[in-house]
Amino acid sequence: MLKSKDLLGLQYLSAQEICEILDGAVATKQFLKGDKKSADDLKGRSLITLFYENSTRTRTSFELAAKYLGATEVNVSVATSSVQKGETLIDTGETLDALKIDFIAIRHPMAGAPKLLAEHVKASVINGGDGMHEHPTQALLDMFTIKEHYGKIKGLKVAILGDIKHSRVAMSNLFGLNKLGAEVYMYAPATMIPKELERLGAHIAKSREEAVEGADAVMGLRIQLERMNGGLFPSLGEYARYYGVNGDVMKYAKPDAIVLHPGPVNRGVELTPALIDGESSLILEQVTNGLAVRMSILKLLAEYREKNL
Amino acid sequence: MKLLIKNGTLVLKDGEKKADLLVEDGKIVKIADKIYNKQYEVIDASGKHVIPGLIDMHVHLREPGFEGKEDILSGSKAAVKGGVTQVCCMPNTNPVCDNAVVASYINSRAKEVNLCKIHPIGAITKGEQGETLSDIGKMKSAGVVALSDDGKSVMNSYIMRLAMEYANDFGLKCLCHCEDANLVDGGVVNEGYNSTVTGLKGSPRAAEDIMIAREIALSESLNIPVHICHVSTYSGVEIIRSAKARGVKVTAETCPHYFSLTDDIITSYDTFTKVNPPVREQRDVDEIIRGLKDGTLDCIVTDHAPHSVKDKQVEYNIAAFGISGIETSLAISYTYLVKTRKLKLYELINRMSKAPAEILNLDGGELKEGAPADIAIVDFAKSYTIDGNKFVSKGKNTPFNGYKVYGVVDYTLVDGEIKFKN
Repeated sequence: MLKSKDLLGLQYLSAQEICEILDGAVATKQFLKGDKKSADDLKGRSLITLFYENSTRTRTSFELAAKYLGATEVNVSVATSSVQKGETLIDTGETLDALKIDFIAIRHPMAGAPKLLAEHVKASVINGGDGMHEHPTQALLDMFTIKEHYGKIKGLKVAILGDIKHSRVAMSNLFGLNKLGAEVYMYAPATMIPKELERLGAHIAKSREEAVEGADAVMGLRIQLERMNGGLFPSLGEYARYYGVNGDVMKYAKPDAIVLHPGPVNRGVELTPALIDGESSLILEQVTNGLAVRMSILKLLAEYREKNL
Repeated sequence: MKLLIKNGTLVLKDGEKKADLLVEDGKIVKIADKIYNKQYEVIDASGKHVIPGLIDMHVHLREPGFEGKEDILSGSKAAVKGGVTQVCCMPNTNPVCDNAVVASYINSRAKEVNLCKIHPIGAITKGEQGETLSDIGKMKSAGVVALSDDGKSVMNSYIMRLAMEYANDFGLKCLCHCEDANLVDGGVVNEGYNSTVTGLKGSPRAAEDIMIAREIALSESLNIPVHICHVSTYSGVEIIRSAKARGVKVTAETCPHYFSLTDDIITSYDTFTKVNPPVREQRDVDEIIRGLKDGTLDCIVTDHAPHSVKDKQVEYNIAAFGISGIETSLAISYTYLVKTRKLKLYELINRMSKAPAEILNLDGGELKEGAPADIAIVDFAKSYTIDGNKFVSKGKNTPFNGYKVYGVVDYTLVDGEIKFKN
């Protein structure tokens, strides 16, 4: 049982709640392997995706997760919504509430926006990524992928390389993996490491090799081009050469280590094409798992709503 | 009219004294152990403290232009409720107070409202754009008491130098909001552990410190006094302390939220905690208190920044910066500095009254015979719980909701007239 109507971030969840979501995803993944994907767990429920940033995979994943479970699904395209007319987030939320929506999956460029929305709506708010804060469903699918592969998370070493500072994926993974007992090593140019990350339980490596040394899973993070223009690093070529993950770097990891990436990948920047397409890559499996994890979350939140609201 | 304040404890510049105080024609005419005369109107201040009216030299009254947030009437009511008898109002109005017309308008509105004394501060540069000097001489003639581009720094050091030199000709000080805009880079909270946890963009101490150091370098090289606004960093205190030690004519202020709050409060994403500069960490709080004790920080101001609900009920990043603070300044300062025995009461009151008067050459700031009868009578034994919704200011935006504080203002007198009575 989840303890709150909303899923805002992994820093707010207990290890037990995280495990429940991951356990639930075992069943939903099994369901996804079936021929016809139609369930009625969420029949009569509705989900809206409210995305203030572009997204293909996360949004589609939420929409399909809802549909496969029998829920009604609508998406609000921000470009065509009243936000363009100056409507505030709170007004938008109250309007959606009046439409009797059960779940709102929101993506927003500003940290804390899902929390603000959650405080003003009866619907369950699922954070689909807020600024530099959290992207809990992505981290949960990463964790599910790791757990599915190794049968456990406790005691594993996970290396995360890329733009840590601007990555809500990195933050959510750090919170979640730590809670389940994994060691998280991070590496990035100093311009892309946020302050006092060690206090949150991360190990900040001094080199790619140190980060990856003995790792069970190696995750690359997307480098945004605008960060280069903002002066955080000089060029993609330089980034790839000194900070990217390639076959030589992977030799430091455990021989059967897996490669992850939240996508979309800049081929040859964060990861070399050989790694992306190689046998150790679970990048496409992550996409399927995203669906399974989001279905599990929707089911658990629906359960919470039935019992508490 | 004569008014006798009896049986109170007077807070003088060097200590407290039980005495009676007689007011006549707007002046303090007599302070003595016992004053007897039945023809006077009497206020019994038994068990209360009688303090010089506070002088808040950093206030946003919002008029003209932003009357939805505050106006001169509501801001004045809030001031006298807080025991404040003189305020200096920042020029970031609409239009900006960068000319004699706006300064005169503020002065004439202040006279109509007639609650506390209001002194406009003129913009250093036209439109606070940091490019060309405002009509500094004309504004001085219209009554501005200082200059500031508050809300931002004059980023061009050459323009800042010219401003300090030119303003000094007219006896005006520049009050410097210190923030390197490039280094802030859109930051909305202190850069540190809590900015990482919340994902809210951080602004480093260095952004403030660099500009404090620059203003001091200019002041030192030109031998012209300068005043540093709302110091929030431990390192900024150190920079000012060392400058003072070698004789630089620098004065500095801080605000109640910088010695009573840490950035742990931002994890709520409550936009009432959003203020510029941001509240920082415990080491900053500790050093600011030390700076107030040793005089590195001369005065306490509020940076009273009232905002309407719609300015604050939005995402943290786009919420307005600022705290509505003038009604709670004394109680918070007393609670966090005097009750905790960091400062003596008279030291606190000096920082809130005498020091600003000296920095800006204002009349008042001290209880003494011959001084204007700007006086507050305060019950420091009485506590209350802060509730922004009960503010008389239009700005209900306080991060102190629910905080229990000590110090209730019972009376505020301006030039001998009772302007507030609890």
